[in-house]
Amino acid sequence: MSISTALPEQAPLGRRIKRFMSDYPLVPLLILLVLLVLVLQMLSPGIVNQRWIANTIKFAIPLALLAGCQTMTMLTGGIDLSVGTAATMAAFIVATQGVMYDAPTAMMIALIPAVIIGFANGIGVGVFRVHPLIMTLGTSLIGIGCLQVYQRTVIASGAKVPEFLIWLGTGVTGGFPNALLLFVPVAALLLFIQKRTGFGRLLYAIGDNERATRLAGVKYWQVILALYMLSSILAGIMGLLYIGLIKAPSLSLAEPLVLPSVAAAVIGGTSIFGGRGSYTGTIVGALILTVLTTLLTILQMPEGARRMLFGAIVLLVTAAYLRIIEDR
Amino acid sequence: MAEQPLLEATGVAKRYGAVSALKNASLTVLPGEVHALMGANGAGKSTLVKILTGAISSNAGRILVRGQERDIRSPAKARLAGLVPVYQEPSLIPDLDVLSNLRLTRTPVEPFREWIKELGVPDLDLRELARDVPLAIQRVLDLARALAVEPDVMLLDEMTAALPANLAERVLDVVKRQSQTGRSVIFISHRFVEIAALCDRATVLRDGETVGVVDIAPGIEERIVELMLGAKVEKKRVALKEANEELAGHAGSTRIAVRNLKVGTKLHDVSFDLKDGEVAGVVALEGQGQDELFAALAGSIRPDGGTIEVDGKPAQFHHPVDAVEQGIAYVPGDRTEALAMQQSVRENIALPFSAAFRNWGPIRMAREGATVQNAIERLQIDTRAQREVQRLSGGNQQKVTIARWIAADARTLLCFDPTRGIDVGTKQEIYKLLRQLAEQGKSVLFYTSELEEVQLVCDRAIVIFGGKVVDILPVQIADEAALTRAAYGLSRDSKAEVGVLAEPHSAPEAHP
Repeated sequence: MSISTALPEQAPLGRRIKRFMSDYPLVPLLILLVLLVLVLQMLSPGIVNQRWIANTIKFAIPLALLAGCQTMTMLTGGIDLSVGTAATMAAFIVATQGVMYDAPTAMMIALIPAVIIGFANGIGVGVFRVHPLIMTLGTSLIGIGCLQVYQRTVIASGAKVPEFLIWLGTGVTGGFPNALLLFVPVAALLLFIQKRTGFGRLLYAIGDNERATRLAGVKYWQVILALYMLSSILAGIMGLLYIGLIKAPSLSLAEPLVLPSVAAAVIGGTSIFGGRGSYTGTIVGALILTVLTTLLTILQMPEGARRMLFGAIVLLVTAAYLRIIEDR
Repeated sequence: MAEQPLLEATGVAKRYGAVSALKNASLTVLPGEVHALMGANGAGKSTLVKILTGAISSNAGRILVRGQERDIRSPAKARLAGLVPVYQEPSLIPDLDVLSNLRLTRTPVEPFREWIKELGVPDLDLRELARDVPLAIQRVLDLARALAVEPDVMLLDEMTAALPANLAERVLDVVKRQSQTGRSVIFISHRFVEIAALCDRATVLRDGETVGVVDIAPGIEERIVELMLGAKVEKKRVALKEANEELAGHAGSTRIAVRNLKVGTKLHDVSFDLKDGEVAGVVALEGQGQDELFAALAGSIRPDGGTIEVDGKPAQFHHPVDAVEQGIAYVPGDRTEALAMQQSVRENIALPFSAAFRNWGPIRMAREGATVQNAIERLQIDTRAQREVQRLSGGNQQKVTIARWIAADARTLLCFDPTRGIDVGTKQEIYKLLRQLAEQGKSVLFYTSELEEVQLVCDRAIVIFGGKVVDILPVQIADEAALTRAAYGLSRDSKAEVGVLAEPHSAPEAHP
């Protein structure tokens, strides 16, 4: 149990590289990302240009936002499967309420279900100790059910996505996607929470050893409630952005992104057992997944083969990455 | 003796890595005898029992059953060889009914019914789920289950500890009669009264070795205590610390007053005061209620009765945070309980700072860094591997658990065996630190399983036995011998007055 450290200069080269990778887990991820882009450029010369980069970023951002929810909850050893529903509800409601109300009001209304879902998740996981997987799956199903009921009441009035959201989701200014205006502050905030706030410290500590935090005077339910509400609201905001990008509301808008968001966080080095990970890794993970999708698309394979390859690569990358950074 | 022993174990050894749990243990059990297995905490009793019942396998040694070497490397094989244990914790599977539990171990039902009647539990529905059976009855069922398979040697580990008096009496009675049928019982207990009433001989273990086999006779408990302690008995009595005597004079005001505290079945009636500026030692054999005492004071569990006063005001702890806010910090003996192993030294030490909701905001990094650095220097933590606490050595990890509360400036530390399993140098540093804290007017409650620590660190020793405070010894007389006697519930005053084995006429016969 007690491994005393050897001084770095005494260790052999392989060990030193491992130690380096363990200390800077972002490095192998960035290497992988660059490799993928190079492969893409080789397969289809000239594809990597400014427009392609902007486009990749545009599609990576919604994934990175959802993966942010997973990163935060996974730090405590949890997971949030209701992010798809929270995002879809926000998107659907903002599009339908946009017909009657102005954009800011519609956006506020659209975030209400996300708040409720987050609150329910927080109470379930934090107070009643339901496993996060089950709790968030349950609220997710309930939320989608509610949305179907809601759909019938608004079916006649049509949908209108607010202009601002379309501008934010699809617009490009000076070569940069407008979505960065939302994403950069959000990402900075998440990173700040993780690294420099008491709340962030507690997320890591709870995921690592909940009993220890209890002895240190931490009330588990408070942290968990705040966490799942934060996660849900973030998912709601992602939904607003995503409807601006896709422009067509549907009942399963963000659902296909839920499992990739978990994958992005895991590829980015966040441990599903808690206590380990960072949002920077997750952002790179989301970029890797997006580039990988493009790569598999231009290979012109049948859909089935593409999915198989996607799954296999995700598995391989995750396993290899954990081997590289685990310093045991 | 011509009689062939039922069980004969010689030279049994067990190592865990570099640590020897058992070095050279031997045990001979004759047919029809009740044999006590004794030894201080960590002497290797449970290791030996686990080896004999196949729960773990030994590294060396020979074990003969009825003169033949038998394979007992799994619990099932040990059962076949006629060695059946009844462990301290109930072993029925809670979610099965009693009958299914019996089938699981292929226990014949009719004898089992007979035995539970015999043991004083006549009306038990065998269809009842084990979890619905009261704890004390479960222990009796465990015993009946062992008796029903008619084992040659039955191993009873602290059998009577959780039993009410009437059941305990029946149990002892049955055990006694068992021996009259030519079967044997190995009996582990901390209670001299029971051993005197029940046992024929006792094997004493010390530091993993068998140091003596004695016949039980009146007055023998002194001899047993001596054997358990070995050469340490006489030499320590003089080694007193000047500082302690000085301090004893001017102890501060009462910090925590515990009155008639009762927790569950383990802690019955504990009262004592902890004063500002003192280190109060708590001494107890394993499982005498000390865990519950510390948990209650730390706010981890709620007491069932009695009061805790902090600074003269009644206190009720619903959550550890209530204790923390009163400046009472619990340092568990198990470091994995207190540390977030994958986090850095700094984050571990600073953990209590961000615990409360009002401190969830941005951290003032510079100020926190200074406080943490201060605590690190105070405890001289080796920070070369500070990025992850799990890379630190055990001693350094223990220092981090204490440093956390130094940084948080807790007024009272509840240290539960903080020096277990760490190196000698670190131990010395921890002693020094605890003394320094006391000199600053802080108070420390210090449970230790290493009795010689009491005179090195404490101002007095509170001895707990069977869930009650049996004695409070001033440090001057709290040497290992006195503490051991007290921990076994023996009176401290004089050897002659020791009453449990009555008339002090016949001299004990010893086979060392």
